[in-house]
Amino acid sequence: MNEKMMIKKRIHAYDFAIHETELFLDTHPRDPKALHMLREYRRRRQDEVAKYETRFGKYIVTSNDVPADNCWEWVDSPWPWERQV
Amino acid sequence: MWKYEKKLQYPVNIKNPNPKLAKIIISQYGGPDGELGASMRYLTQRYGMPYNEVKGILTDIGTEELAHMEMICAMVYQLTRNLTPEQIKASGFDTYFVDHTASVYPVAASGLPWRAEYIQSKGDIIADLHEDMGAEQKARVTYDNLIRLIDDPDILDPLKFLRQREIVHYQRFGEAQQTKWNDNGGAADKTA
Repeated sequence: MNEKMMIKKRIHAYDFAIHETELFLDTHPRDPKALHMLREYRRRRQDEVAKYETRFGKYIVTSNDVPADNCWEWVDSPWPWERQV
Repeated sequence: MWKYEKKLQYPVNIKNPNPKLAKIIISQYGGPDGELGASMRYLTQRYGMPYNEVKGILTDIGTEELAHMEMICAMVYQLTRNLTPEQIKASGFDTYFVDHTASVYPVAASGLPWRAEYIQSKGDIIADLHEDMGAEQKARVTYDNLIRLIDDPDILDPLKFLRQREIVHYQRFGEAQQTKWNDNGGAADKTA
């Protein structure tokens, strides 16, 4: 696995940890440990995204992005259900 | 509102098409205990809920179910790529193909299209949360059954992820019943 894929994998792992912690907080909204973990996971995710973007460009294209001069990149392949090769 | 993130919650990369398996996996999209029903059930029940924790968990799990629906559809899509007429006939996929070609349509493994009767929105917190816990267990059993019938690791990996999510959601819905309105102090109050 190359560096690019490894960082991507770490971002995905943090995304998952963040989501899990959010679900836990829905039913335990004042749990101090979970609140701390959520802040920590968000910070670490941000660090990984920054690391990715300085080296490889945009991590994920969103419909919120300021469009490039000549193209609305949101429509570019691959879409998530297409096999990534 | 919702914002779309252009990625799957968990990767789906299936090398070998297999229309026969697509025909049973599609049940977790449009079948009685599938992800489409799960998402619609939770997102719909929110409006009858009096407590904020429960509004929160229904919103977030209902949203996650949309992502699961997308994973199941991605699996069906990848399993039905580049089929020959011979493969379609030999696999039994022809009964689906005649109506939908290789597009994804919400049906059960039996071919019955998705029905709103699969879900309930009762406006009663106990009734609805118990339905939700039951729904998670039924979906878990469906994943168990699919895992019994499949041996391709490319398919098993995302199915096992989805099965685990049913267990986590069951846990969270159980806790939701023990939050504010429980006089003995529920999960949320204990940690206040």
